[in-house]
Amino acid sequence: MVNRSPLSPAINPVEENRGGLIGKPMNRVDGPLKVTGRAKYSYEYRGLKDTAYGFIVGAGIGKGRISGIDTSRAEAAPRVLAVLTYQNAPKQAPPHPRENGANRFDRSEPFLFSPDVRYYGEPVALVIAETYEAARHAAGLVEVRYVKDAQAKFDLAASQSQAYKPKGVNAGMKTDTAEGDFDGAFAAAPVKIDVTYHLPHEHNMPMEPHATQAVWDGDQLTLYSGQQIAATAHSSIAKTLQIPPERVRVVTPFIGGGFGSKVPLHAQAVLAALGAKVVRRPVKVAQTRPQMFANTNHRPECLQRMRLGATKDGVLTAIAHDVWSQTTPFDEFIEQTAAFSRVMYAAPNRAHRHWGVILDLPSSDIMRAPGEEPGSVAQECAMDELAVALDMDPIELRIKNEPKDDPETHLPFSSRSLVECYREGARRFGWSTRPKRPATLRDGRWLVGYGVASAMFPTYMRPSAAAVRVNADGTAVVKMDMTDIGTGSYTVLTQVAAESLGLAPEKVTVELGDSKLPKSSGSGGSFGAASAGSATLLACEHVRAQIAQLATKDRRSPLAGADAATIALRDGHVVAGDKSEPLSAVLSRLAPAGVEGKGEHQGAQQPAKYSSHVFGAQFAEVGVDIDSGEIRVRRMLGVFGSGRILNPKTARSQLIGGMIMGIGAGLTEESIVDPRDGSFVNHDLAEYHVPVNADVPQIDAICLEEQEPYANPLGIKGLGEVGIVGVAAALANAVYNATGIRVRKFPITLDKVLGGLPDTGST
Amino acid sequence: MMPFTYERALDASSAAKAAAQPGTKYIAGGTNLLDLMKLEIEKPAHLVDITRLPLRQIEATGDGVRIGSQVPNSDLAAHPLIRERYPVLAKALLAGASGQLRNKASTGGNLLQRTRCYYFYDAEKPCNKREPGSGCAALQGFNRIHAILGASDSCIAVHPSDMAVALTALDASIETLLPDGSKRTLPIGDLYRLPGDTPHIETTLKPGELITAVVLPAPPAGNQTYRKVRDRASYAFALVSVAAIVRVDAGRVRDARIAMGGVAHKPWRAVEAEKTLRGKPASMASFAAAAQAALRSAKGHGGNDFKIPLAQRVLTRTLADVAGIEGAA
Repeated sequence: MVNRSPLSPAINPVEENRGGLIGKPMNRVDGPLKVTGRAKYSYEYRGLKDTAYGFIVGAGIGKGRISGIDTSRAEAAPRVLAVLTYQNAPKQAPPHPRENGANRFDRSEPFLFSPDVRYYGEPVALVIAETYEAARHAAGLVEVRYVKDAQAKFDLAASQSQAYKPKGVNAGMKTDTAEGDFDGAFAAAPVKIDVTYHLPHEHNMPMEPHATQAVWDGDQLTLYSGQQIAATAHSSIAKTLQIPPERVRVVTPFIGGGFGSKVPLHAQAVLAALGAKVVRRPVKVAQTRPQMFANTNHRPECLQRMRLGATKDGVLTAIAHDVWSQTTPFDEFIEQTAAFSRVMYAAPNRAHRHWGVILDLPSSDIMRAPGEEPGSVAQECAMDELAVALDMDPIELRIKNEPKDDPETHLPFSSRSLVECYREGARRFGWSTRPKRPATLRDGRWLVGYGVASAMFPTYMRPSAAAVRVNADGTAVVKMDMTDIGTGSYTVLTQVAAESLGLAPEKVTVELGDSKLPKSSGSGGSFGAASAGSATLLACEHVRAQIAQLATKDRRSPLAGADAATIALRDGHVVAGDKSEPLSAVLSRLAPAGVEGKGEHQGAQQPAKYSSHVFGAQFAEVGVDIDSGEIRVRRMLGVFGSGRILNPKTARSQLIGGMIMGIGAGLTEESIVDPRDGSFVNHDLAEYHVPVNADVPQIDAICLEEQEPYANPLGIKGLGEVGIVGVAAALANAVYNATGIRVRKFPITLDKVLGGLPDTGST
Repeated sequence: MMPFTYERALDASSAAKAAAQPGTKYIAGGTNLLDLMKLEIEKPAHLVDITRLPLRQIEATGDGVRIGSQVPNSDLAAHPLIRERYPVLAKALLAGASGQLRNKASTGGNLLQRTRCYYFYDAEKPCNKREPGSGCAALQGFNRIHAILGASDSCIAVHPSDMAVALTALDASIETLLPDGSKRTLPIGDLYRLPGDTPHIETTLKPGELITAVVLPAPPAGNQTYRKVRDRASYAFALVSVAAIVRVDAGRVRDARIAMGGVAHKPWRAVEAEKTLRGKPASMASFAAAAQAALRSAKGHGGNDFKIPLAQRVLTRTLADVAGIEGAA
């Protein structure tokens, strides 16, 4: 590699990969624990005496005020220990300010602190009982009277005219950016697209519901809680309860999915802590699936106006991407949806702008690829519409507008393989066989169509620390508060550590998910493997340096006198040139207590010298039933350029998982708000349709070979989110290709194409 | 969940006697009842478990078949007699729920499952079915999945079963045992009620009346099929489904039995369509006319307006398929 990050160590065992563990499709090291039920999730901690159970009572109005609560029947119910309401809940810090501070997830999150109801389903009481069933039953006995706020607003389109301009958008991005003269260039463009896409609220809905067990030992609080980022959950609960952080511990070794929704500290965690304090017993609180719709994350509904101006031969001259998305009066979250189009295509005249629409709904928040996923729908569907208007192949249109540098910042790309992804994907997918005209390919009663779209996700890095200990017996332990939300963190960190220390993976144990361990990025923003992995690599390098000092200065070692800088750890040996000594021999003699090293990576270089993102191309083939309008995916292929791949097996799982979630965004998932009261109507998994196995066809994801010299010492780019990006657009474009029907309101359900299909009797 | 007591029935007659007590319900697979109990929509004080009753036989009765009410859905779908003689039933069963649910769900329980209306499931919302007189939140609410036929101003919910739609087309009968020890047999069409102004009363069963068997007459001549249209490929309730049995002879439709799911408060026998079709040439025009007849009295409520053309299209196509008519004119 010609260039390297200044934060990278002089010797980089990951780059050298002499043990061959980097890039090996290793099985998950935590797999056996999971399939045998020994991996404990937060609700499953047993052996804590006298554990009591809390059940949340949610508000039955959308916005207003509690005018009276009668808890007497609930309190009198069998086995009930306490009922908490705003009238008797322990004191907490005031709610965080509406606008985000330095870190959206490190802030106070009180509940039951006021008679005001901010959204439908907001907790208004917590019933604690000796059994879950007793708590749940008594929850139904809490009587709450409300005064509704008649001015409450729940409908995005109806409130669009009252949109406001936020100071910034999620991920620290700018609200608006512009270059050149969009209006002039668009007016002058010979070919124009001016369309609006409407995307619904969506919910993250991980398999494991949000659940917490809180245990007070004197004034020490331990929270067993599925949290993607232990450190912010830790400081957030301390802030909320107004206790010193050192008196709190968050334990989260296994997490049954999150997709962003377990980054914030949610109601069940705070209420478990409050409840346990009041009843002086451990308290478990799990949100039910319907409660999760109100009290965890959702991706906000948005309207996106997309305007593209182009020359007749398909060169983009103007891009404008205007986004209106839902936020709330009490918590500003503006999804960075127009950020996608800032990075994708060259055009000298551009505008990318966000507005917030304040509605009295639960706070919108991050969901897998916040910003990039919805933003890709507008940009990539509009590109398809432009390709149709130009009568041009949609892949060639994109390649024609490939930028020379980042169109927004004009920094060079650290690596960008979008064109290669399209070329390779087109070859593998058989793109040349696609119907050139819509509604021309039939397979029995199916209308068949192909679609493509681009995927992109930024390569983020967060400060992370790791502690590594190598024992005299040649085993090693890696410790950090990093989490594994099903992504494979345990496995890839094992690979990085084992490769760096020259040990077999079986000799390495990785301990994660505990706030008492060194602070790391946690899981979110696809930064986990890069951030935590870099810290692990650096920690291992410190260990290697110490061992090198010991061995080269010991006259009994065959390595005595060798240059410490050339010492490598390989195959369980300490090696210099052709001399070597078993690691366990060196340590038993010179450091019988083992050697410890701590590694810290400071995160991304500031200011950035490169623009670093994963790029990819999504290919989809759909069938649309000519009679019913049912849309079924037939094939999907994602091709990505994402630097070095630590583990092709876990990487592929992340990518196809994202792509499957993208099927939901394109075709099935929609959280419907009842405009009368602001509740989510279809609030369970029978009616909120995530794709099930039968919806997932032949699907594959591949990663091209790509050198990423700058993003981080591992040379990797995160893959947790990019898989979902572009899928909904590729599917929409395929539906158009199959039917000639352009649907701009998502998800694309059969009722939206039915009216455009040919008469069933005549075909 | 409300506290309740539980007993395991040893024989059918004592079960029926026990279940005649107010506040008592039968439990079999529990795949619907337990969900409803957790939400306190169903609040039985006492449960009579009938899963161990000797009602698990599928037996030929001359040309027909008797199905014990405790036969699990998956066993029923896989049974050779059903697959050979009543493919419409096997297909309908396999179109419903998921493998795990079908393993637990019983034949009798499937018949008696309750609507999936969002508002019925949400105790905070008005619902005449859950709380008579409280109103219907679906009428002016989000009603994409709701009824287009036979609904009332009190209730526009639909019956969720796939199996019952096939049984309706097959002219099945229900055998029951009453608490007084007497037995009766009623046609499946008489089991269910339209909502009218009493949508909380869904069947004609009397307190404690136990479904012991479903009896199928000899399979009607002709081809059978079941077509289910839904928002995802599995584990989604029907937006519209069609069970059709059509006999074509010498180019004419001699007999047609048609039932639809996802459109009404009960499995909907499309009598007008059947009448329209009988004796007509087996052509797309006839099938389209029959579908039009089937939906003549249909009424949308906004969100579900699309179901009317959808049902018409799917019915037309399904009839053509089952009659073996190619679509291309």
